[in-house]
Amino acid sequence: MLEGIMIGLSTAFSLTNILMVIGGCLIGTFIGMLPGLGPMSIIAIMIPVAISIGDPSAALILLAGVYYGAIFGGSTSSILINAPGVASTVATSFDGYPLARQGKAGKALTVAAIASFTGGTVGAILLMIFAPALATVALLFHSAEYFALMVVGLSAIAAFAGTGQVAKALLMTILGLMMATVGEGALFNMPRFTMGIMDLQSGFGFITLAMAMFALPEALYLVLDPSRSKTEGGGGDIKNLRITKDEARQIAPVVGRQSVQGFLIGVLPGAGATIASFLGYAVERNIAPKKEQEQFGKGSVKGLAAPEAANNAASTGSFVPLLTLGIPGSGTTAILLGALIALNVSPGPRLMVDEPEIFWAVIISMYLGNVILLILNLPLIPYIAKVLAVPRNYLIPFILFFTLMGAYIGQNNATELLFLVGLGICATILRFADYPLAPLLIGFILGSMLEDNFSRSMQLYDGASFIVDRPMTLALLAIAVLLVILPSYRARRARLRQEGVADGE
Amino acid sequence: MALDRWIALIILMIALAYGYAAFFTMDATLAPFMRRNPIWPSTFPKVLSVFAIVLSLIILLGFEKSSGEIKDGDINYRRLTDYKLGQAVILLGMMVAYALLLRPLGFLASTVLFLTISAMVLGERKLHILIPIAAVAAGSVWYLVQEVLGIFLRPWPFFLGV
Repeated sequence: MLEGIMIGLSTAFSLTNILMVIGGCLIGTFIGMLPGLGPMSIIAIMIPVAISIGDPSAALILLAGVYYGAIFGGSTSSILINAPGVASTVATSFDGYPLARQGKAGKALTVAAIASFTGGTVGAILLMIFAPALATVALLFHSAEYFALMVVGLSAIAAFAGTGQVAKALLMTILGLMMATVGEGALFNMPRFTMGIMDLQSGFGFITLAMAMFALPEALYLVLDPSRSKTEGGGGDIKNLRITKDEARQIAPVVGRQSVQGFLIGVLPGAGATIASFLGYAVERNIAPKKEQEQFGKGSVKGLAAPEAANNAASTGSFVPLLTLGIPGSGTTAILLGALIALNVSPGPRLMVDEPEIFWAVIISMYLGNVILLILNLPLIPYIAKVLAVPRNYLIPFILFFTLMGAYIGQNNATELLFLVGLGICATILRFADYPLAPLLIGFILGSMLEDNFSRSMQLYDGASFIVDRPMTLALLAIAVLLVILPSYRARRARLRQEGVADGE
Repeated sequence: MALDRWIALIILMIALAYGYAAFFTMDATLAPFMRRNPIWPSTFPKVLSVFAIVLSLIILLGFEKSSGEIKDGDINYRRLTDYKLGQAVILLGMMVAYALLLRPLGFLASTVLFLTISAMVLGERKLHILIPIAAVAAGSVWYLVQEVLGIFLRPWPFFLGV
């Protein structure tokens, strides 16, 4: 591991990569602060730039920087204007915004920055410990286990993303897998489901799909409902960034607990920064003394520190399955996986053995990103917050333009832009009806790998007997089934109980 | 019928067409030696189509109840007319027009037009600020894409050569 850390240090501390981290963090913070733009949209927009860099380590470092920056920026807009740019910073606004209204915006931003920094740092250290161990275990896996593991990952994502509506999330996953079969795959060398359209020969473009699923619906939502981009009160006076010793003593145990808890939640496929932040907030409120509990929601520093530490640790945790198993645990890591594949890097247990410089450089750069966010952004926050004053009339055309450019640069084909608009409209309608979109994208990205492993297992065992012949595969598939059935069952029971209460039973 | 069930119906139809292709038409051109393989190009799609059909039927027939609640900050599609629907549709039209005009009109002109008209659709009237911003943005993005990233983007309209 020490050797790996040294490789990572030498790669991450090259001038180009340091510039990538700084640039990524700043871009992420700027854009993440704009209401309505989450890390997924920002990363989707940045992918063509990252891919054109060519060097996978530099590209991934840039994207990881953007990711952290966006989460940091999201918490800033949550605190200052009560408009979380990102779902994972919604819980931040519960106490951050009341603090800002009490004239303690500077203090709130400092607490958030310190909690995020600690969460991210603890996460990076745990990642350094966990990832190699998991990769070693994963090296023992065969294609059948991989297939089963991906099914587990997809089911878990559907179970979490569906929030009680697992069928919808599963249907979206299957739709993503179906879209992945369109085009000429490497496996059979024959076009499938192209409907004679030449532009579909190589399948749907991953960047186009990512933009259409996340960036475009967000922009359309901003158009439809102008109140989403309201920025009144933004960028006001932010003074006194200091926190007292007493406050530091109060938040220290909260940050410590939530960094570990957040990381563990982040490692689970499908759970992710949003769930980690809400859970972190709820746990801290429940274990706080009665008197402090009443402060939650009214400007408690503990209530602000908990979700901030948890969401950053979870974001780092979500890199564990990505880097060690090649399975993305969240929409954002799915986009990163797509970017890696586009750069000819296949994440998985072999990544650590075959390309240690990428593996370790990413981990080290995560730590570096956290330090940079803290030392660079905290003094700059009052100035960066001015970005909140960009008028909607300028903001939206530029978001749409960058979405279009992203898809165009990715494929260098104007037809791709028409696909983008078409898929974007479909995605917006799906969002109206509460269909989760992250499972679709994750299904799409995992589709070819899933089919590849499935086909290899079928060939090795001359049929589907591998499911019963390999106990590990069977166990994993059983877990996948349970993951799907349990949440549906619980949601059904909860609904029946609710209906029972309504009927007066 | 609620929107989510309409969508399930559409996905069901897509899944049926997909399944029809996978089960009946796809293997027609398969070479004889491929037919002895345990795995065909249609094997995985067949599995997917069955799952898709079952899941869309579950939603369509209402076995899984929709939560029905509107999440805070989300858009309620039942009150869509209360929102700026016209603006959204025009902007989507602008994106399609941009896709169609990008090559014939060249990157610079189509981008300046797109940014300017989109901002005007949203209510911006200060053209003396808007047009220079759009021109500078188009110029800098063209420079970045063409010169820095090395991806070809024709700057001028077709009648002015390459």
